Amino acid sequence: MSAVDSIPYEALGRPIRGPEALTSDWSRLWHLTFNIARMQWKLRFFGSALGYFWQLARPLMMFAVLWVFFTKIGHIGSGPDSRPGQPNQFYGAQLLGSIVLFTFFAEATGNAVKSVVDNEALVRKIQFPRLVIPVSLVLLALFNLGLKLLVVFIFTLAAGVHPMLSWLELPLIVALLAVFAAGLAMLLSSLYVYFRDISPIWEVLSQVLFYASPVIIPLTTVQAKLGPALLHIYMLSPIATALQQFRHAIVTHATPSAAELLGGNLPLLGPIAIALATFALGFVVFNRTAPYVAENL
Amino acid sequence: MSSQVENPLPAVVARDVSKTFRIPEQQVHTLKERALHPRRKISYQTFRALNHVSFAVAPGEFFGIAGRNGSGKSTMLKCIAGIYRCAGEIWCRGRLSTFIELGVGFNLDLAARDNVIMNGLMMGLSPRQARKRYDSVIEFAELEEFRDLKLKNYSSGMQVRLAFSVAIQVDADIMLIDEVFAVGDAAFQQKCFDVFTRLRDQGKTIIFVTHDMQSLQRFCHRALLLERGSMVHIGDPADVADQYLEINFGRHPDVAAQEPAHAGDGDARVADVWVEDDAGQRTSAMPQGQRLTLRALVEFMVDVEDPQASIYVLNEDHVAVLVAGTGLKFERSGQFAAGDQVLFSFTFDNVLAPGRYSPLVTLAHRGAGLDVMDRYERGFSFVVSGAGAQGGLVDLPVNVEIERANAGVAQEVQA
Repeated sequence: MSAVDSIPYEALGRPIRGPEALTSDWSRLWHLTFNIARMQWKLRFFGSALGYFWQLARPLMMFAVLWVFFTKIGHIGSGPDSRPGQPNQFYGAQLLGSIVLFTFFAEATGNAVKSVVDNEALVRKIQFPRLVIPVSLVLLALFNLGLKLLVVFIFTLAAGVHPMLSWLELPLIVALLAVFAAGLAMLLSSLYVYFRDISPIWEVLSQVLFYASPVIIPLTTVQAKLGPALLHIYMLSPIATALQQFRHAIVTHATPSAAELLGGNLPLLGPIAIALATFALGFVVFNRTAPYVAENL
Repeated sequence: MSSQVENPLPAVVARDVSKTFRIPEQQVHTLKERALHPRRKISYQTFRALNHVSFAVAPGEFFGIAGRNGSGKSTMLKCIAGIYRCAGEIWCRGRLSTFIELGVGFNLDLAARDNVIMNGLMMGLSPRQARKRYDSVIEFAELEEFRDLKLKNYSSGMQVRLAFSVAIQVDADIMLIDEVFAVGDAAFQQKCFDVFTRLRDQGKTIIFVTHDMQSLQRFCHRALLLERGSMVHIGDPADVADQYLEINFGRHPDVAAQEPAHAGDGDARVADVWVEDDAGQRTSAMPQGQRLTLRALVEFMVDVEDPQASIYVLNEDHVAVLVAGTGLKFERSGQFAAGDQVLFSFTFDNVLAPGRYSPLVTLAHRGAGLDVMDRYERGFSFVVSGAGAQGGLVDLPVNVEIERANAGVAQEVQA
């Protein structure tokens, strides 16, 4: 092929690099992620007339059941942060908020697990930054969370909570959860390509996480049983820290903040580091597998 | 390539591109299996889909990649498109648009507008560009009245129109097109072809993957033929088409040649049958339109008087497309002694439709030709290549005329 030999290869610039998790064009990555999430959101809400209602129905029903059960039948709502013998009057708001936050986490990770495989048609036929797939689902879950938080705030206000300056901590709490969830979303979605039982395994694990996290049971109740050393380990979970901080900052300062529970701000670096490490691990794994996903589906 | 001299930098270059797929012999798709058999080594079969492929496509060139199923042509396209990572280097100089399947990523629950904009974003447009493109897409697809309808309420024809419009209304310099044109009716195909012509005239660089030799020859300036991942030929589309058909039908001339079957009383024996081209060269593949000579070498075991040789050219369906014999021209073919070797030749213009043919030769005693000395079949086959197949058993030169029968003035069109 003399025609090919005579090409000045140096003048051609950089050769293409094949499929990647990222792209050098950050705005493309963002627009794509945002719009996929937006379209999915649109689908859920405008697909049925009661779309918004159905989005809320699940966490609300769950809340109603748990609330009735744990405040009227079993008395979990009573704890050190409530006056002796009386249930914490804000337990309801705390429970609802915790359910909504945990649902965000479960939704983001659960939907992401199969996402890369489910989008096989796209992955095999269009070149685009692969990372968009799991991350857009986390973003979609964030959109949903935003809507549900509206209800949580209405409920909280109705429960007699007055607006507080510490409400401004909410973005940080959500960010901690979102970073953790995004890391798991990337990790799980790329592992699922190779191990299809990741999906049922993760379903079970997130069930376990639900009960292991201080969603229903206030940490102050757990604290007494755990002792300080175990509590520190327990609070390494970004979910536990985020939920506890939510109970404190958004609902009532009668509930100790995460830092107060751990006796200082420094231990808070633990869950933050874990969330960031999960994110980094998820990204590295996803980035490694992304170039070969199309041929392994 | 003269065009490359004018534009020293090609638009697309592939240099020594190879792609190997690893196919695990046992699909281990679960953690459970890995946990139960941690030490089981996963053995892979490697499949080489592309083998050191290099080519350059000049800006504005319509470049075809042809090959049979599994030849690696689609893999090549996906490597250029950045969907597969491959060994070797590929350069794409300009904005790329890939067009591997119609309507990839369409969501039937979304309206046309959302789908078109999403598709634009996937292809790398900014939201503003994507919105701008939307109008031209809808216009081209002639779906202005249905712009807010969900895609699932579109007829399948409307969906295809939208998908096609989305695909071609791309402001790209380099377009990668796979065989999307296998779908659709004749009118749709014609529309595609019109667009191809337009794109070519606009000077877009197009890489077109196909196994349809007619469209290859119709549109491509140059073409590459792949076979089992390796480059067979690069150059004129007509040559590529010829070689493609040769590969397709005559790839294993030896495999096709079985032990010949003989029948008859054995007074003579057909020793060999072959095909020669115009220049007298033995060949197993003949292009359509050339003069073709079928020869049969016969050995007589006994003294024979006026034997008759006949040849039946059977196609793959065992239909005798052509039958010829010595009986018509030579009523008395002569005296032959035991041990004589005689060559019977049948020459004709090759009007056979492209495909594989197997000659059947009979040698009979004088008379009605029923008293057979030897009947030779299945021992040899040859392939006719050609791109102008019309679908008949043979492609005879046909004079086509169109005349207006009702009007006073007859209009004649010579084809």
